[in-house]
Amino acid sequence: MRFILRRLGFYLIAFWASITLNFLLPRFMPGDPVSRMFARTQGKMQPEQIEALRKLLGVDSRPIWEQYVDYLHNIVTGNMGVSITRFPTPVTEVVASQIGWTLLLGGTALVVAAVVGNLLGILAAWRRGGAIDSALPPLLIFIGSFPYFWLAMGALYLFGMILGWSPLRHAFTDGLEPAFSWEFISDAGAHLVLPALTIVLVSIGGWMLGMRNTMIATNAEDYITMAEAKGLRPGRIMFRYAARNAMLPSATAFGMSLGFVVGGALLTEVVFAYPGVGYQLLNAVQGLDYPLMQGLFLTITAAVLLANFLVDILYVRLDPRVRSN
Amino acid sequence: MTTYIEPSPSAAEAALESPTAAPGAAGKAPAPRKPKQGLVHGLLTNSKAMVGTAILLVFIALALLAPVLFPGDPSRITDMASLEPSAEHWLGTTAKGQDVMALTIHGARSSLLVGLTVGFASTFVGILVGLASAYFGKFIDEALSLVTNVFLLLPGLPLLVILAAFLPPGLGTVILVLIVTGWAGSARVLRSQALSIRSKDFVAAAVVSGERAGRIMFREILPNMASIVMGTLLACVIYGIGAQAGLEFLGLGDVSTVSWGNNLFWAGNEGALLTGSWWVFVPSGLCIALVAFALALINYAVDEVTNPRLRKIKPVSEGKAAK
Repeated sequence: MRFILRRLGFYLIAFWASITLNFLLPRFMPGDPVSRMFARTQGKMQPEQIEALRKLLGVDSRPIWEQYVDYLHNIVTGNMGVSITRFPTPVTEVVASQIGWTLLLGGTALVVAAVVGNLLGILAAWRRGGAIDSALPPLLIFIGSFPYFWLAMGALYLFGMILGWSPLRHAFTDGLEPAFSWEFISDAGAHLVLPALTIVLVSIGGWMLGMRNTMIATNAEDYITMAEAKGLRPGRIMFRYAARNAMLPSATAFGMSLGFVVGGALLTEVVFAYPGVGYQLLNAVQGLDYPLMQGLFLTITAAVLLANFLVDILYVRLDPRVRSN
Repeated sequence: MTTYIEPSPSAAEAALESPTAAPGAAGKAPAPRKPKQGLVHGLLTNSKAMVGTAILLVFIALALLAPVLFPGDPSRITDMASLEPSAEHWLGTTAKGQDVMALTIHGARSSLLVGLTVGFASTFVGILVGLASAYFGKFIDEALSLVTNVFLLLPGLPLLVILAAFLPPGLGTVILVLIVTGWAGSARVLRSQALSIRSKDFVAAAVVSGERAGRIMFREILPNMASIVMGTLLACVIYGIGAQAGLEFLGLGDVSTVSWGNNLFWAGNEGALLTGSWWVFVPSGLCIALVAFALALINYAVDEVTNPRLRKIKPVSEGKAAK
């Protein structure tokens, strides 16, 4: 329990740090974002819009601590302002309409990569020097060396344009209404496969190598020899004795990768024009939509922190040593 | 790369100064007497390390020779647009009539420079934070670990994008932003390693004999974690090169410089793939991959040399790791 409370405190501090970063960035950067944005929209902004922006971004004559208290209050009450590029939609609404797609894409890719990668790692360590162990790691390291967006664009070009196996962009066919129908779900699934596969391809190597290296250490433990001496079936030793004890670093890595799910899918979403928060973040940056940018960043951070907290709770279940402390 | 771990006298010195150092150092390094030579020798005889170093040297040579091989401005716009690879333009030309070969080789300069700068700088910050954490402990350790963990947890790519959006564009910004997002990982790894060395007897002996804190951190502890520092450095350089390319691909770098990331940004911008000009798109990505692969190979080799359990084993008993 104390462990959980400690972690909770830590995540709250981390969240506070990211809010503060968000608050300070526009205020201490050279140049005035409001006039930059005003110039860009060529005077089409409403006076009340400018006023709201000045407040949000601190082009404001009040003392800075007062602005800070105000800002914190707004964030805590979920008031993140109004999007500029999609005026007058509130930022929270824009974020809410997009986070689902990101979670779907990133979550699918993460689970597939972690499960397959760990299984491959277990097999590779079990048959040390076998086919999987000698052929896959160098190949996966090599694939992992490519810039991710480059592989994704290559895959899009090959499978999307030349072979025509995959749709080129978006999360579902234009004009289709999101609904719980077979038609929509299969369409969304078809749009999901290629982006998710590219993420799996580049991230699977890390899972496999990490698992392999821990498992090699576990395989040398005395209790494995003991299990063999007892004449247990190899499959049982491999999964219940060796792999189970080698899982902990992978569980930690899983928590860290959850950050990749929400944040790291940015490049995937950009290449495949997938309507998630990362794609929206880049659009907000290009459109100088500061309120949306900040809202998205805070949402992504909050999601990462929450996911990590859940993994911590799970960790208490997995590792008795944490419980006893 | 191997020159980075060269300052071996200090480790030998540490061993001489306190006789208890030998068993401590033996836990990590293969040979207790001359641990550094063991690492260097191991790397020199390791085929992965040699291949990686060779690839890296070729790219460094190309980057240095770029103005000689392709004099003039590589991004000069000509009327020979979108030519396929030929004897005159080995890798063809872009939609703006730039020679892809010249762009790629000139691009190595900025990409390697940024990658190496970011790598060294974030490893350096990581060393400072990690050593200070491990050596001083208590409050300083708590505070530094907290900051490290917060930075580690903040989603890297979105933070990169936000920072790049608020700061004025330029090469300096790219480097700064990459260091800010990249140092935390190395700090965490280096801290845990420094912590285990901190508890060794020879460090306690140095403290008792009244050595200054800076000397203990950099002359006693640091040399004993050379292999971890090197691994971290390599990982940071890989991160720097990849993240720079990603940032520039998103159009958030300095689009006027010639680098691999910017080449890809322009390729995407000019619709190179839509018009089927794959030759504009392939070389820069391949170069990033080759450099990253070379660094990963060296890193893998360092792991193999310093961790006996990962070394090649002769298949005597199936599936069992040599103890």
